[in-house]
Amino acid sequence: MSVPRARGFVSMEIDALDRELLNLLQTEFPVASRPYMMLAERLCTSEEDIMQRLRRLSGLGVIRRIGGVFDSRALGYLGTLCAMKVPADKIEEVAAVVNGYPGVTHNYLRDHDYNMWFTVLAESEQRIRSILDEIRRATGIDDLMDLPARRVFKIKVTFDAEA
Amino acid sequence: MQKPSSLSEQDRQLVREMQENLPLVSRPFLEIAQRLGISEEEVIGRVQEFLRDGILRRFGATLRHWRVGYAANVMVVWRVPEDRLEEVGLQMAGAPEVSHCYERPARAGWPYNLYTMLHGKSRQECEAITARLARESGISEYRMLFSVRELKKSSMRYFDEEEGRSNHGLRTGQVKDLI
Repeated sequence: MSVPRARGFVSMEIDALDRELLNLLQTEFPVASRPYMMLAERLCTSEEDIMQRLRRLSGLGVIRRIGGVFDSRALGYLGTLCAMKVPADKIEEVAAVVNGYPGVTHNYLRDHDYNMWFTVLAESEQRIRSILDEIRRATGIDDLMDLPARRVFKIKVTFDAEA
Repeated sequence: MQKPSSLSEQDRQLVREMQENLPLVSRPFLEIAQRLGISEEEVIGRVQEFLRDGILRRFGATLRHWRVGYAANVMVVWRVPEDRLEEVGLQMAGAPEVSHCYERPARAGWPYNLYTMLHGKSRQECEAITARLARESGISEYRMLFSVRELKKSSMRYFDEEEGRSNHGLRTGQVKDLI
């Protein structure tokens, strides 16, 4: 998690009503015919004002998206964590191959011989296996560990991350 | 939780729509309904069912990290004896600084079987939290893997028609979403 560069700048442009709106948008978004009108009523303002604020907050980059956050397992997707030993001079090239897959949602360089850590989501175990085989073939790197979760002790649903 | 097989083609279309940005018009669900050729009530009702069944973890805004006080995080991998995994896993999951705690298989040359993601205000605080967890659990064999660079962070696009085609993403020289 990183603190954005424009922090001071952004916070100057956000008033108290924006803050209340941001909290409601995350926790109590009305799934109803006129959601922006309902938010307006909660905050004692107009629907047009709410929509203008949403446009501005999205433009400032404070709001990333308004929509659904799905549970991948409930949709029938399987996931795994992979770790790969990538030579320093091949990082950009390998990252381009790995990141090219839409099912690779997160990829981080970490300070270890196993330096590239990425997650893969796909609709079947077979598809995950074929993606990993393709990555091995395309990069010529065989040292790739597939580390699927066996047991989940905790996943915290954070309100500021989609992962 | 509903079985994935019970998702109809129409549900899959709805999932595709819900992972986009909600239209900024007075009746956004009506706009989606018109694209899908169903009624506004059906869309709203189905989204509420998705929430109730846990298919949707939530519906609403996702913000960037500008407000987050926790600026540092680290993945710590632990080597835990098989017969203590349950106990240690639950113990570490109970720590407020731990956001994720998973058991994963050990591999040749990689003996670690418990993974925690933990958050602190600084790298030093992350190190102190790790030391505390090690002391409390009695697990002395572990590694802290700090991230050096973010190579990709994106939202999953479920039921993406592009992904259905084989070898997608393997065209050479194509760099997608390299953040």
